[in-house]
Amino acid sequence: MIKTKLLTLAVFCFWSVISHASNETLEQAFNLLTERSFDDKSQAIKLIAESNHVSSVKLLESILAGDLYYRKKDKRIVYAQKEESKLRIFDALTEEELDLVGKRKVKKIGINNRLRAELKLAISSLALTHPDAEVRLKSVEGMIGKADATMVEKLNGMKAIESDRRILEAISAVIAFSVLADGTREQQLDAIEALQGNLNPAVLSTLRQLGETTESVEVRRAAQKAVKNIESQVDLYGYIETLFFGLSLGSILALAAIGLAITFGVMGVINMAHGELIMIGAYTTYVVQLIMPNAIGLSILVSIPAAFLVSALVGIAIERGVIRFLYGRPLETLLATFGISLVLQQAVRSIFSPLNRSVETPQWMSGSLEINSLLSITYNRLYIFLFCLMVFLVLYLVMKKTSLGLNVRAVSQNRAMARAMGIKSEWVDAMTFGLGSGIAGVAGVALSQITNVGPNLGQAYIVDSFMVVVFGGVGNLWGTLISGLSLGVLGKFLEPVTGAVLAKILVLILIILFIQKRPRGLFPQKGRAAEQ
Amino acid sequence: MKLKTFKVATMALACSAMMSAAQAADTIKVGVLHSLSGTMAISETTLKDTMLMLIEDQNKKGGLLGKKLEPVVVDPASNWPLFAEKARELISKEKVAATFGCWTSVSRKSVLPVFEELDSILFYPVQYEGEESSKNVFYTGAAPNQQAIPAVDYLMNEVGVKRWVLAGTDYVYPRTTNKILEAYLKGKGVAEKDIMINYTPFGHSDWQSIVSDIKKFGSSGMKTAVVSTINGDANVPFYKELGNQSISAEDIPVVAFSVGEEELSGIDTKPLVGHLAAWNYFMSVDAAENDEFIEKWHSFIKDEKRVTNDPMEAHYIGFKMWVEAVKKAGTTDPEAVQQAIIGVSVPNLTGGLATMMPNHHITKPVLIGEIQDDGQFETVWQTSGMVPGDAWSDFLPGSKDIYASWRAPLNCGNYNVKTSKCSGQNF
Repeated sequence: MIKTKLLTLAVFCFWSVISHASNETLEQAFNLLTERSFDDKSQAIKLIAESNHVSSVKLLESILAGDLYYRKKDKRIVYAQKEESKLRIFDALTEEELDLVGKRKVKKIGINNRLRAELKLAISSLALTHPDAEVRLKSVEGMIGKADATMVEKLNGMKAIESDRRILEAISAVIAFSVLADGTREQQLDAIEALQGNLNPAVLSTLRQLGETTESVEVRRAAQKAVKNIESQVDLYGYIETLFFGLSLGSILALAAIGLAITFGVMGVINMAHGELIMIGAYTTYVVQLIMPNAIGLSILVSIPAAFLVSALVGIAIERGVIRFLYGRPLETLLATFGISLVLQQAVRSIFSPLNRSVETPQWMSGSLEINSLLSITYNRLYIFLFCLMVFLVLYLVMKKTSLGLNVRAVSQNRAMARAMGIKSEWVDAMTFGLGSGIAGVAGVALSQITNVGPNLGQAYIVDSFMVVVFGGVGNLWGTLISGLSLGVLGKFLEPVTGAVLAKILVLILIILFIQKRPRGLFPQKGRAAEQ
Repeated sequence: MKLKTFKVATMALACSAMMSAAQAADTIKVGVLHSLSGTMAISETTLKDTMLMLIEDQNKKGGLLGKKLEPVVVDPASNWPLFAEKARELISKEKVAATFGCWTSVSRKSVLPVFEELDSILFYPVQYEGEESSKNVFYTGAAPNQQAIPAVDYLMNEVGVKRWVLAGTDYVYPRTTNKILEAYLKGKGVAEKDIMINYTPFGHSDWQSIVSDIKKFGSSGMKTAVVSTINGDANVPFYKELGNQSISAEDIPVVAFSVGEEELSGIDTKPLVGHLAAWNYFMSVDAAENDEFIEKWHSFIKDEKRVTNDPMEAHYIGFKMWVEAVKKAGTTDPEAVQQAIIGVSVPNLTGGLATMMPNHHITKPVLIGEIQDDGQFETVWQTSGMVPGDAWSDFLPGSKDIYASWRAPLNCGNYNVKTSKCSGQNF
């Protein structure tokens, strides 16, 4: 009985000594954190990582995230949470709430890139013992080329207790890499064998160096073979990547042009304000995000119908107010719509200020889908590509399967005949223009995710849109999609060879030559009406 | 009785009319030449507001030479030839004592002949490519040796960068700056194959292949950095693409010369944290003058969220210098002010002193900052003292031997020390 008590007491004492010691290290670290010098902070980070305190990871992560501050008056280290324009602060050790203070009363623990790298390494080394296998795997994979001798030692120890096969492989890769450059001959050969087919760029560049410089013929040959092996894969993935880049650029071009394919292609109105209708869609996204700041992910989905409606209404107003008086007079239409585009731009400048507005990207649209370390596809581009196809499909069905679509096609083929059959051509004109403008607005939602939302947004896309429609064949929706995608792919394959500026010029020249040869574009409209 | 009241009233009226007429003649007009519409409105509108604030502030202190200052604001609408017309209007018709304005180099080149012909004064507040020193222009923004060269030095010595990507928008400022940087890097022993130069058109928005190229260029095992002279709007998609292709600042840092607090306020800054910018002023700098300036700006613009940036500080310094020079000369006559302003020192917003040099450039500290997630910069490095602006770069073969001084006896903006000749041409 007494024995047990004594034991408990001893354990308790021991534990409290440890925790006391780690508290002491933390305190020492906290003193260093308030210093200005980055070397002192680096020392502090090491101490926090070594202290093995329960809150070590949380502390390191909040330094990385910029949530750790110190109070200016007593240099106490605190967590801070934003609350309107003030900060609510909590003690960093006890996590008890302290105060609600103004921004200038506390100072953030500033870090630089070197410290950021150290923090990430420290956090991932603490994560090596994380219960979740995915976290452990990520942490090991991130260490290739970064692990130092002590870390390799630690990983070697981990090998014995780790059971997950993928993690074991990743550990061997890290260990193999650590001896690749300067191990013994046998070690190097083993390492090359273990790193066969590893696509990490650090591995490739080290192997390349090995293949050129090392003394042992055997090692050199093995390295060269491995390099060749990896390089053929690099080339393959390079092509796939460029193709995806091209398709994604093409989908944006097609998306911007598809509304114009209706107003210009089907109705024959040269609408220079098309770009501004896109801009209005983008600003609608911004306003929707202002209204629902706590649901950014949802706001994008809400923006799609909202932008369609707003842009469509503006489009109908333009058609009813100006364009309907100018049918059959393309030059005047061009000038009038150009004037409207300037009016809309300046209106946006007056309402929202000339500064760009920040539209947030929802979590599910940022980052990239990593297929391997050579090929990763960014989510926002992937979604926009799919979105473009969807918009196209919906529009195609509207034109082919609904009575509105039927009326539109009838009016565009022969206005007089359509009217004689009892179609209200004025109403159809307004609806068609509204549809085209609404699609432009939807394109604006997509563009708000990849470019600036500002008054000049539309100008950047108007020339490209006309180019796509003319190249695809006026009046043909399929033509617009195919021409958008093919211009995108063409541009992206030219870009690495010629540079971005020249690639753009070359694409334009190619289009001019093509139009000379086939004035009606890729997919000309057939039939008697088209010949007029 | 009634008649008397009428008479008094008339007299009072006449009196006040006369007084206001007298007051109108008793003001000093200051021209503000910034685009309020068109593409450049995004950057220049803020500078117009800054000037209005500075002038209002000076008037509260009692004006200048016993007269009130009166701002004359015109809108050149981002249209370069219109800049020249508006400048002429300001000088000939409005008779302004000095003009504060322009942003792009091309707009400055457009108004330069007008200011020289009519002999008036222009204060130009933006960092630029150098290679110019006019008798009539005072350059309060940074010359390449006050921004680009120290930034490269920092990357080379403190970060250990060995491979360089020079990325820029395709126009005169990036091209000249990159030419200077390339010559400088080669002089420091960087090999041709370790420098990648890339130009993109204005407003470029599809950065996928270029960012992917940068990623490949940077994966050779040697530390790589991007020196970006990418201008204006094109930066947002560029940084977004960097973030999406998960290039973090620890792997490949980007140091930018055209991205400041104002540009960042239009972006979601989370993916940008840790990337760098080189300026002569940051809003986050801890200095009493800066706190006071920010407070004034917020109460003037009535918006606590508005940020301050480097060109605003340049206007602050330029305006203070002009005021000091006018006080020193006792007149607003351009010739006298041009003589008086050389050597004038005024406090800048980072806690130092800015001095006007004889080559019409000023002394500035150079700060390197890392972008934080709140859109502000954390200063990570700064020059120990003030760096004087160099009009003619020492790293370009054509301008190495050229020297500018607008003090007697030289009085020349383009003096060749080898041939001992003043070409007479300023640009």
